[in-house]
Amino acid sequence: MMGCWVLNESLSIVLVCFRGPWRRQLDKNLKFHKLVAYGIVINAKGEWKKGMSRGVRVRDKMQTEDSHPPTKKTPKIMISHQSSELFDSKLETPTIHIVAHLFNLEHYHWSQSPEAEGLVAALSKLGDTPNETYLNPIRTFHTNTIAELLTTIAGITGLLISLALILIMTSSTEFIRQVSYELFWYTHHVFIIFFIGLAIHGAGRIVRGQTPESLLLHNITFCRDHLEEWQAQCPVPQFSGKEPSAWKWVLGPMVLYACERIIRFWRFQQEVIITKVVSHPSGVLELCMKKRDFKMAPGQYVLIQCPSISTLEWHPFTLTSAPQEDFFSVHIRAAGDWTEALCKAFGVEGQPLKEPWSLPRLAVDGPFGAALTDVFHYPVSMCIAAGIGVTPFAALLKSIWYQCCEAQTQCKLNKVYFYWICRDPGAFEWFADLLLSLETKMSEQGQAHFLSYHIFLTGWDENQAFHIALHWDENADVITGLRQKTFYGRPNWNHEFQQVAFSHPSSNIGVFFCGPKALSKILQRMCRVYSSADPRGVHFYYNRESF
Amino acid sequence: MGQIEWAMWANEQALASGLILITGGIVATAGQFTQWYLGAYSIAAGVLVCLLEYPRGKRTKGSTMERCGQKYLTRVVKLFGPLTRNYYIRAFLHLGLAVPAGFLLATILGTACLAIASGIYLLAAIRGEQWSPIEPKPKERPQIGGTIKQPPSNPPPRPPAEARKKPSEEAAGIPTGGPQENPMPVNDEVV
Repeated sequence: MMGCWVLNESLSIVLVCFRGPWRRQLDKNLKFHKLVAYGIVINAKGEWKKGMSRGVRVRDKMQTEDSHPPTKKTPKIMISHQSSELFDSKLETPTIHIVAHLFNLEHYHWSQSPEAEGLVAALSKLGDTPNETYLNPIRTFHTNTIAELLTTIAGITGLLISLALILIMTSSTEFIRQVSYELFWYTHHVFIIFFIGLAIHGAGRIVRGQTPESLLLHNITFCRDHLEEWQAQCPVPQFSGKEPSAWKWVLGPMVLYACERIIRFWRFQQEVIITKVVSHPSGVLELCMKKRDFKMAPGQYVLIQCPSISTLEWHPFTLTSAPQEDFFSVHIRAAGDWTEALCKAFGVEGQPLKEPWSLPRLAVDGPFGAALTDVFHYPVSMCIAAGIGVTPFAALLKSIWYQCCEAQTQCKLNKVYFYWICRDPGAFEWFADLLLSLETKMSEQGQAHFLSYHIFLTGWDENQAFHIALHWDENADVITGLRQKTFYGRPNWNHEFQQVAFSHPSSNIGVFFCGPKALSKILQRMCRVYSSADPRGVHFYYNRESF
Repeated sequence: MGQIEWAMWANEQALASGLILITGGIVATAGQFTQWYLGAYSIAAGVLVCLLEYPRGKRTKGSTMERCGQKYLTRVVKLFGPLTRNYYIRAFLHLGLAVPAGFLLATILGTACLAIASGIYLLAAIRGEQWSPIEPKPKERPQIGGTIKQPPSNPPPRPPAEARKKPSEEAAGIPTGGPQENPMPVNDEVV
């Protein structure tokens, strides 16, 4: 069973170049990576098998389950990384491995003591005379086990890789990732030591076993109970060190990972032309770029590197342009060291305009991630974005506009409800501008009813409330300038879902969400509650994509 | 890497080391290994380290995620004042606690992890960081009547809404006088 599952994983690695539903599975790799990491460190080998089957079920459900919160973006972890962890966990997990070795060494040590009797004593004494090979790696009772640890390859590599694993674990907790992403990123690279150490861990061949030739002459099942007859019936068994085998499991994924880094290096060399730089209010930088043979789908993200800021850091950003446009764009908000340095380098807010030739060079890797193209498969779609989760919907809404409104082609999708929930619209003014332009374009085309959007501001104070109340009767909303009014406070989902279900009584409605987990659970529940039992009635299909 | 709060990572590492020391100690004591008394020491040291490190310190910038139920231990750790606030003391304490466990094979991993945590705490101390407890925010009691502004001092007819001042000044609680000036002061006769 394990072998088949492992093979499935390696196949999914090979299919990384393929599009469609295979990519969706790969996009859930972050959750899988964490699952495998915990499995390696904590669970016992027997329990791991249960966890593995749980892991398979989790993966199957991942189309509709929530995954990592998109508020803090983490880059796609290497696919081969997780499969090598998988192989590693299949062998033995460190906690159990280490504990077993401790008991083992202690047992070996005690077997050399004068009080030891029986089979263990007999086996331990083997190897003392010139023609014999030994079994017990601890040769005398006076051997210090700690000295053994520090003088053997297995001991040193074992200690080293355990330390590496623990350092990786402690710097990868959610809290540390929020405190300092760079610490997490750089410490994670210690996995190189981990995998090299793992591959050479068995090189010393400390674990010994009977040679195949000796097994033919010395029958274990009989001889173990007849110690006195060893001279007569059982010739002295011969032993040799066992071959290391961890490297066989780890080599394949390590090669794949090396390939991935080589591809990234090659993409790094490719030229990226910056066609437009826009500085939006609240420190948001929009970069429009072009790259040869760059094909994207809405909802995907790219990794961007700026060599003049940092040669080793690649940061993920969701693409905010539609595939139909001839450039691709990202919106970057200054939220940490790297993004602040980038915004400064591109001349944001108050700094003098930069000449095109003085802009720093960028490298782009991607696009990665599952596409949001399912939106087009439903006649009605509800898109819900909370906070920073609005960025993939920028690309999506633009794509919807190109595909369904502007083009003359028939589109299955004929109604989109868009819900945007945020605390402070200041950081997303660029998105409000986008909505405004879409609103204008759609009413020009006579399709004003295609997109129905609702904005919910959840952070407001009394002064704002006064201001809004004073301007309530005006046509355009006072905060966003849009024709549809902004609501204050959180949406009443029961009411919203009821309305939508009432307006489209026998349709399949796709619900797409990007935002915090808590809201995801609520929406899932709403979808379940408001889908009718009648197969011809309204059905809500929940999709939470990971961004 | 300029603004990393090393103490946060040192705290995670020390907590993990404490757990590893406890595990190693249990293995050595339960298995009755030679020198198993070092295993018993290791359990005690591990428990002490875990209790000390469980309450997370407050970050200097931004909000800190508390660990579940840490407020009880925060109170205890706070009692020791400078002993727990200062990271130099913590660094040397951890180093001292780690050394005896290094003589037993079962706990040597715990020693190594705690020594690393001690090193990171030393780095944090050199950079001037210190432990500050996460205090629970005092609940803001809603002041009864605090949002009720002063009643208007003009009798009706009062000037229309547009002539009223902007909301920020309204919040000060003093409504405008408007164009009507009263010849004598008018009191609101509220019973």
